[in-house]
Amino acid sequence: MIKLIGVLIIATGFTLRVNTLLVVLAAGLATGFAAGFSWTEIMAMVGKYFVDNRAMTLPIVLMLPVVGLLERHGLKERAEVLIRRSKAATAGRVVLLYTAVRQVSVSLGVNIGGHPSAVRPLVAPMAEAAARAQHGELPAKSVVQIRAHAAAGENVGNFFGEDIFIAVGAILLMKGFFDAQGLTVSVWAMALWGIPTAIIAFTAMIWRCRVLDRRIARDVAASGPGKAEGVR
Amino acid sequence: MKLITVEACYAVVGVYLFVVAARIAGEAWHPRRWGSALFWALLAVTFAGAKWIPPVVVGYLVVTMVVLAATGHVAPGATSKATREERERDAERLQNRIFWPALLIPATAVIGTLVLGKLHVGDVWLVEAKQVTLISLGLGALIALAAALRTTGASVETAAGEGSRLLQTLGWSLILPQMLAALGGIFAKSGVGEIVAGLVAQAVPTQVPWVAVMAYCGGMALFTMVMGNAFAAFAVITGGIGLPFIVNLHGGNPAIMAAIGMLSGYCGTLLTPMAANFNLVPAMLLELADKNAVIKAQVPLALVIFAGNVALMIFCVYRF
Repeated sequence: MIKLIGVLIIATGFTLRVNTLLVVLAAGLATGFAAGFSWTEIMAMVGKYFVDNRAMTLPIVLMLPVVGLLERHGLKERAEVLIRRSKAATAGRVVLLYTAVRQVSVSLGVNIGGHPSAVRPLVAPMAEAAARAQHGELPAKSVVQIRAHAAAGENVGNFFGEDIFIAVGAILLMKGFFDAQGLTVSVWAMALWGIPTAIIAFTAMIWRCRVLDRRIARDVAASGPGKAEGVR
Repeated sequence: MKLITVEACYAVVGVYLFVVAARIAGEAWHPRRWGSALFWALLAVTFAGAKWIPPVVVGYLVVTMVVLAATGHVAPGATSKATREERERDAERLQNRIFWPALLIPATAVIGTLVLGKLHVGDVWLVEAKQVTLISLGLGALIALAAALRTTGASVETAAGEGSRLLQTLGWSLILPQMLAALGGIFAKSGVGEIVAGLVAQAVPTQVPWVAVMAYCGGMALFTMVMGNAFAAFAVITGGIGLPFIVNLHGGNPAIMAAIGMLSGYCGTLLTPMAANFNLVPAMLLELADKNAVIKAQVPLALVIFAGNVALMIFCVYRF
């Protein structure tokens, strides 16, 4: 049970808003010591896993110069101009459309999109612009919600599309696990059984996008036009 | 032999991070000049030099970065953003051409994934086939950068500056996903998973088939929230709850169990700050003051999809 101390440290540290990196390091050290590892062994583990997971950071760092440059030259502004021309566009529909594209493409094994390369420069500004075209200036609350839902759409599309493609990490991992246990399980069956959940996930996203549009309308009506304050 | 390896992509990132560090070191007006420069330089070392530096040394470098961040020595510099008028003028001038570089990123990803991994002359392969997705992404970014420089007529200096500005807005939270992954690794090595699986298996009557399903899906979601990673949860929870109870005791279908179980884990991913690269970093990227705004938007989604998964598994796993 003592080994669960790391979970406790994380929960407490995140709640008290201590510097997140420090909390994570403390949790790692405490768990490592509780499990009987030495300081040097723990340092080696931190170093190894940090390096093994560089792939998480790579896309962000490589995308930022392009995204920054395009944003400096009016990428968001142009996206807004385009979206304002479409009468049917709402924030929810923009997010939903992106989720659909993301989910279908990733289920075919093509990894397009991502938070730094699609959501920040294109999806979120387009969704915001659609809401502005519809309602005029937005209250801060709505801007936060639109952006958060754009990120959520990326995650939902990505997570619940990828397991349908058989050559993807998750399926191969499950296959490897069963092989090690001496069980023969077909990758096709596992991919096939990912489809019902993919449909549930997309349906849930349709629902959330509708709620988003309704909430924007309600909040705009309630607060009147205001400055965006919840965003930096 | 492989001409383009994923290590080469990391080296590019490393070099760029060095450039960022050097730029900060040269800014006398930077509020946290030396701390920030050191932070980005150390990160650069872990990216470019990981092949040669022993893990334990990387560990110490990581601790140094954490200390710099926690003591407030890593901060963004003064920003010289283009004004909205300038941006609107450029948008007017460039029209839809501004989109081409942005679209080159997914285009390269598609072509890269389909083609690059298969190109070879004899034993010399163009890219590492196993890492083709990541390499395509890296190539896409570089090609898009070249296109963006051409389209906008901006200098490399401007691109480096804009990238550096955005990187510094993210600040130390950029390494949070890697830190959490390291924590997940330590959890796994320390046997935290076995304890969680044991607790769940003890706490609920898994002799009842549908209860076993709930315990398995719940265990996947819960443990994914703790680890921030459904993959890490899968082996532990499937080994601890799924196989012994659903498959061996009740004769459930392992393919259905695994597929829906993993997707139950993803519901946990939607709910946890531990999955920083999906939840916290996007909040930073989108410049939201509330770091948990993305998670909050995902709560209803995760709950509905999770409930759907449990119902689906209860209905199907013992039937097909």
